[in-house]
Amino acid sequence: MAMTRKTRRLTLIGTVGVVLSAAVGLTLYGLSGQIALFKTPTDLAEAGAEPGQRLRLGGLVKDGSVNRGADTTVAFEVTDTVNHVRVTYTGLLPDLFREGQGVVTEGVLDANGVFRADTVLAKHDETYMPKEVVDALKAQGVWEGDGAGKPAAATPVSAPATSDPAKLTN
Amino acid sequence: MIVEIGHFALVLALALALLQSVVPIVGARRDDAALMAVGGPIALAQLTFVGLSFAALTYAYVISDFSVANVYENSHSLKPMLYKVTGVWGNHEGSMLLWVLILALFGASVAVFGRNLPASLKANVLGVQGWITVAFLLFILVTSNPFIRMNPAPFEGQDLNPILQDIGLAIHPPLLYLGYVGFSISFAFAVAALIEGRIDAAWARWVRPWTLAAWIFLTAGISMGSYWAYYELGWGGWWFWDPVENASFMPWLLGTALLHSAVVMEKRNALKIWTVLLAILTFSLSLLGTFLVRSGVLTSVHAFATDPARGVFILMILCVFIGGSLTLFAARAAQLTQGGVFAPVSREGALVLNNILLTASCATVLVGTLYPLALEGVTGEKISVGAPFFNLTFGPMMIPLLMAVPFGPYLAWKRGDVLGASQRLMVAFAAAIVATLVAFYLTSGGPVLAALGVGLAAWLIVGAFSELVTRARFREAGLATGLRRLAGLPRAAFGTAVAHAGLGVTLLGIVGVSTLQVENILVMTPGQTATIGRYEVTFDSAETRRGPNFTELVAHMTARKDGEVVAKMDPAKRLYTARQMPTTEASIVTHGFSQLYVTLGEESERTDQLVVRMFDKPMVTLIWLGSLVMMAGGLLSLSDRRLRVGAPKPARAASAAPVAAE
Repeated sequence: MAMTRKTRRLTLIGTVGVVLSAAVGLTLYGLSGQIALFKTPTDLAEAGAEPGQRLRLGGLVKDGSVNRGADTTVAFEVTDTVNHVRVTYTGLLPDLFREGQGVVTEGVLDANGVFRADTVLAKHDETYMPKEVVDALKAQGVWEGDGAGKPAAATPVSAPATSDPAKLTN
Repeated sequence: MIVEIGHFALVLALALALLQSVVPIVGARRDDAALMAVGGPIALAQLTFVGLSFAALTYAYVISDFSVANVYENSHSLKPMLYKVTGVWGNHEGSMLLWVLILALFGASVAVFGRNLPASLKANVLGVQGWITVAFLLFILVTSNPFIRMNPAPFEGQDLNPILQDIGLAIHPPLLYLGYVGFSISFAFAVAALIEGRIDAAWARWVRPWTLAAWIFLTAGISMGSYWAYYELGWGGWWFWDPVENASFMPWLLGTALLHSAVVMEKRNALKIWTVLLAILTFSLSLLGTFLVRSGVLTSVHAFATDPARGVFILMILCVFIGGSLTLFAARAAQLTQGGVFAPVSREGALVLNNILLTASCATVLVGTLYPLALEGVTGEKISVGAPFFNLTFGPMMIPLLMAVPFGPYLAWKRGDVLGASQRLMVAFAAAIVATLVAFYLTSGGPVLAALGVGLAAWLIVGAFSELVTRARFREAGLATGLRRLAGLPRAAFGTAVAHAGLGVTLLGIVGVSTLQVENILVMTPGQTATIGRYEVTFDSAETRRGPNFTELVAHMTARKDGEVVAKMDPAKRLYTARQMPTTEASIVTHGFSQLYVTLGEESERTDQLVVRMFDKPMVTLIWLGSLVMMAGGLLSLSDRRLRVGAPKPARAASAAPVAAE
């Protein structure tokens, strides 16, 4: 049975249509359910969160708040200097997780207002702060410029010798 | 002085690139052979000057010339020599220089190997290459000059980011760039064809080897990067759907589609307009990837740049090249005549299906990568689109594609026979069923998805090779004749089979590690033994050691399997002194295709305790071995006689390849 040009074209258009609508459908479904909204402690304090909603909570690890349990569970507080949220996490913390440093945690807020994180992201090196955290701190007016949040101990011993330190902290 | 020579050479290269972008194209328009012929020598001279410039920067790194700001920021006199050299491209400026060096290398290769190209096509291709080179040389000289001096010169450098002090960095970016930038040739060919308003099957034959070479390098770069992240970051994951990874994966998906559509164009003179569009889109995604990584839009390990001027500059390059080429496409595409017709069920039809699925899945990755940026730009709301999204969207798009792969080579050109193909694939289908059942039994009724995944992998691998067996007609002709026929098959047929089987191998690794992996995190004291999967690991002792530019805490461990010692393991936590930056050094033992992966966490409250994270990762190395097999398939196909550009054509090839005679 020979196919006419029209049927051939219709088959092609049909296939493209099916695949495209599958892709669009999956994408829309994914974007509605599989993404995590970014919140600061102040956002949570003001508006709360729907139970079970996956969130990314970002801020600074509050000084003196890190409490390592007997096993591998760690509790700490994430603060944006105005409000803070208690976070628990079981697992290995990233290399650059420190008190006073920027951090992004991903998980769910439980009924007691404790954030149960299953992922903790810290900066990858000492000059990098998660972008969301920088923006959130700027919005709170507590951002101290590039290099803020870098503890004195972490500053390289060899001080930059040029007049433009911003260029050197690349 | 040498540094200044390097800077000067780069400026000269820009002047040459300007010439290259105008003269050959003018020559092609006026049909002036002398002007067209200028392109080749300029491309070679350009490679020389960019190479000189790169050598000068490398020299500054080797002798630790800290009066050069770029060296000061990224090197240290105590750093091992290997990392002094690889540090040249371990930073924004140096890696852009590497980008342009590779661009010049490809331009020069077209000049050298493209001897049998029609003069006007070659001139136009080199001209378009020239435009790209001009744009990126300007970008380096204006916003990212690696040759800026500092006065006074500091005594010591700031050292390279320790994560980047690894052999992986020596290999990963150059391979990745060879892939990214290699697609610039396909792009240049596409734009040249649009400028000429003429395209034929021979065009596809010239483009295919370049696309194939770029694809092999990109495959190597991506899988190398994946393995590097796996062992260096210490998280135990092999793919994170990080935007930077997606940036390299999207050109790979479209490049794979391009490889397949170019086959249709070469053999059947069909899908011309689509192939040209794919060539443009593939390189556009390479440029988009460069923009995402280099502009600092995304802040992650790879984003060294934070200067907005750079972002705007690359965005302009992006707009000019993508916008310009698509406008040209819109204006000229109608002139390209369409060739051979085919039934929906045919080799062409199968390759079209491949293209539709690859393009659609690439689009979902694109949406997932750009949506957070767009949303933040428009509403200010911040979201993260991570692995759950991509697993949900990309995964289902891949399954029909993988199921269809073995059918492709079995279908005839023009009109295929699904029933016949299915009958010939009975062996592969039986193998898939057996593999599924065996996997189900071995995991003692474990996850059904794992068993089905193993079955799909067997379907791909057996299906790929059974096609060769069918083509050699072992059954009718007997073993001896069959083997002779097999040896006589074109290398490209082997290339297809091997590459498709490689896909199956990678799938097997992915299924194995994502469904059967065992993970354990625990606090250990010396003398303690923990069980992880099929292994027992004993924590013997811990000590502090000094390396050339770091101090480290090492835990000595012994891994046993069924009571027998398998390996000594030394996972460590390092502190790189110059940057006061800690890193995790995973200890990995390979056992067959499986790996035992151990990392250390922070010290616990008591100093004699350590937090230890252990993984038993079954079949994990198959992920990367599969990509090696795919690359081998690509190389086999590339070595096929009919694709060897520039090689003198033996008489036999002329009869086997009538299209070339057009």
